[in-house]
Amino acid sequence: METALSFVVGCLFAVALYLLLSKHIIRMLLGVVLLGNAVNILIFTAGRVSSVAPPLVPEGAKAPLDAVANPLPQALILTAIVISFSFFAFLLVLAYRAYQDLGTDDTDEMRVAEPENDGLPPLGY
Amino acid sequence: MAAPSETAHLKAEAMIHGALAPSDYLVVAPVAVCFLFGAVLLMVRKRVDWHPWLAIPGFALLLAVDVMLLLKVVADGPQTMMMGAWKPPFGIAFTVDMLGALFVATAGFVALAAAIHATLSMSLVERRYGFFPFMFLMMGGVSGAFLTGDIFNLYVWFEVLLIGSFGLLILGSEHEQLDGATKYCFLNLVATTLFLITTGYLYGLFGTLNMADIAQKAGRLEDDGAMLTIAVLYLVAFGMKAAAFPLNYWLPASYHTPRFVVSALFAGLLTKVGVYALIRVLLMLFPPQHAELATLIAWVAALTMLVGAFGALAQSDLRRLLNYFVIAGIGTILAGLALAGDGGAAEPSIIATAASAATAAPADAAAAPLLPGSGPLVVGLSGAVFYALHSIVVMTALYLAGGTASRVAGSSSLVVMGGLWRARPGLAALMLVFLFAVSGLPPFSGFWPKVILVRGAFGAGLPWLGAVILVTGFLMTIASARVFALAFWRNAPEPAAAGPGAGNAPARFDPKGEASPVAAMLPLVLLAAFVVAAGVFPQWLASLTDEAARGVVDPAAYLGSVFGGGGS
Amino acid sequence: MRTIIFRFTAPYLTALMVLFSIFVLLRGHNDPGGGFIGGLIAASAFAIYGIACGVAAVRRALYFHPMAISAAGLLFAVVAGLLSIPAGTGFMTGLWIFPHVFGTELALSTPMLFDIGVYLVVVGGISSIALALEERESD
Repeated sequence: METALSFVVGCLFAVALYLLLSKHIIRMLLGVVLLGNAVNILIFTAGRVSSVAPPLVPEGAKAPLDAVANPLPQALILTAIVISFSFFAFLLVLAYRAYQDLGTDDTDEMRVAEPENDGLPPLGY
Repeated sequence: MAAPSETAHLKAEAMIHGALAPSDYLVVAPVAVCFLFGAVLLMVRKRVDWHPWLAIPGFALLLAVDVMLLLKVVADGPQTMMMGAWKPPFGIAFTVDMLGALFVATAGFVALAAAIHATLSMSLVERRYGFFPFMFLMMGGVSGAFLTGDIFNLYVWFEVLLIGSFGLLILGSEHEQLDGATKYCFLNLVATTLFLITTGYLYGLFGTLNMADIAQKAGRLEDDGAMLTIAVLYLVAFGMKAAAFPLNYWLPASYHTPRFVVSALFAGLLTKVGVYALIRVLLMLFPPQHAELATLIAWVAALTMLVGAFGALAQSDLRRLLNYFVIAGIGTILAGLALAGDGGAAEPSIIATAASAATAAPADAAAAPLLPGSGPLVVGLSGAVFYALHSIVVMTALYLAGGTASRVAGSSSLVVMGGLWRARPGLAALMLVFLFAVSGLPPFSGFWPKVILVRGAFGAGLPWLGAVILVTGFLMTIASARVFALAFWRNAPEPAAAGPGAGNAPARFDPKGEASPVAAMLPLVLLAAFVVAAGVFPQWLASLTDEAARGVVDPAAYLGSVFGGGGS
Repeated sequence: MRTIIFRFTAPYLTALMVLFSIFVLLRGHNDPGGGFIGGLIAASAFAIYGIACGVAAVRRALYFHPMAISAAGLLFAVVAGLLSIPAGTGFMTGLWIFPHVFGTELALSTPMLFDIGVYLVVVGGISSIALALEERESD
């Protein structure tokens, strides 16, 4: 099971990196989303896929009766999902604003902050 | 649910008992203060006239708490508090040792200075957008990152400070800012995602996230390449956060776009959080892997320094020049992390020797034989921490002073600026102090750590690295001299001679900023006092950074604080 | 999107979703649910209301600014942690009281306060972003 999931993670990383290499912000955004999901599956796999039983302690018992799934990766993934979701929401607004204000979603053409012909500093006075 | 008596029994097994003294809460107090004030300020966001009167006491309280924490760590050694009183390594630990306490105290200091500066340089509209709440949020993230003892929690604090910094970066939503923010946000998000990926691998390998627990287990585990992979991935992730050479192009693309105060905070704090994480993870958790990577780090450090120095020489805008100063400073800090070679004798830093001779402190002499072979490592790390603390203060000060100068001159372009020596002699004198300090000239705070690092580099068999540090210092002196000569020393150029592109520049600067020069100068005087004090009396800081370095190289006290009772 | 059917049903849908979000929030301690998912449900409810009836109506209905709601949530969460200082236990320790109100036992705790804080932070944060996006589409 871990082997199969590793291949899934690899594929997702490949697609995410390909999208992140694009010049266009909208593709980079999709890449960020896929990257976040790839990481979540990676953490899930790193915690070992041992059992599908939920890690809940039944009524009256002190510990889970059978082998249960590892709860810690689930907690980590939940945190990571929350964070990547809020970042995606923020980046979406930012990209939209940048597209509206700068008139492009091509990062090569975003040269407002670093103008191309800035000139040398004065070489003397 | 179990029966009540059983529940009590289970809790007794899983949780820490025994009441805590109020002073134990100092470990979490910096984070709690930041979020408390941030939340209150956000709730009264409409009453922008209240903001400074709430924020300044808030940051003063933060600094007071940080200093008390530092004093407690100096007196009693590392401190730990377990969140929710769960026993380690299962609960999230907040552990602060000398390294974290020094960083968090310095961060609190520059935050207070920046907040005082911001009360007059931020317009009411920008305050309404939430400058102070975001600043508290970012400081909460920065403090949390310095204090936490759990590696996943460190990731969470990185994200908290990123969210705060995003808010600060786009404050005002100008074209330039949106441009810079796009690059900053994407690249930093990729860096933190890489951090998360590596943490996933780390968890898969060790089954634990508590740093003290990992440090214990890493020493016992045979390295079959997996740990080296993790160390390399952490080096890439934190190197990207710290703006180390091949991964630093987001910094000059974005740090000059927000307000000067925001740039000052970013330049002072954010890259240093990356450096701190690098020290904590690479040197405390994976010392053998760090030794293997030392040559790589040395090359990265040298190239980062040179990129910073040459980049600074090529800039015509004061702020973009300062961006490259940040990078050069990061390179110098990384040079200290590269000194792991065992060539040369264990050579204690000259300042510590002088200090131990002067105060006859037996601790230094006693600690040295305990760490055989780690001489260059401790010296380099001590120098790196010293330089990092100096860099936090001096980069913040340079941006704040540069902001005031640009408001007076009406532009931050070195083509337009001039005549500030006549207009504002006090500001010019302070700027001179900071420029000397950033170039590493005596008698200011940049000199001594560079001495330690250069001597350490020669002692560790890396003379070329020492030479690069010296050459970088020389190039930065030239760049600094040019800033001072052009912006301050020469007479103001004629407006006609200013050339194209200068006409629209003054609109960015708020003329109201000049209303209260005292408030503009107070933070600069505070920061300059630190710079001069650390330059003239370096012993006290050097002995603290030495202790911090020893605590990282030999984390026995750190581990004892986490596992030995946890509460005290 | 502003068909008469949608505009007519949206307020009922919003009210139901907000009610359901509070249910999800409160069952979260022992069952699946909790502050984050509850907050998301409530925020999507406000987003639906905004699509149907306009952003101004949502802002009126929320009464407080979304960021102020977030701030209140943050304050709740910090206070939930700080309550452990008078109790003398580790920061963020769960503290419980079981008062009897009208004959029934209520389980009040700091984890619940923290969860309510998370709920408010998510409602405020996500709906401010959603409203910002919807505002841009309309103008």
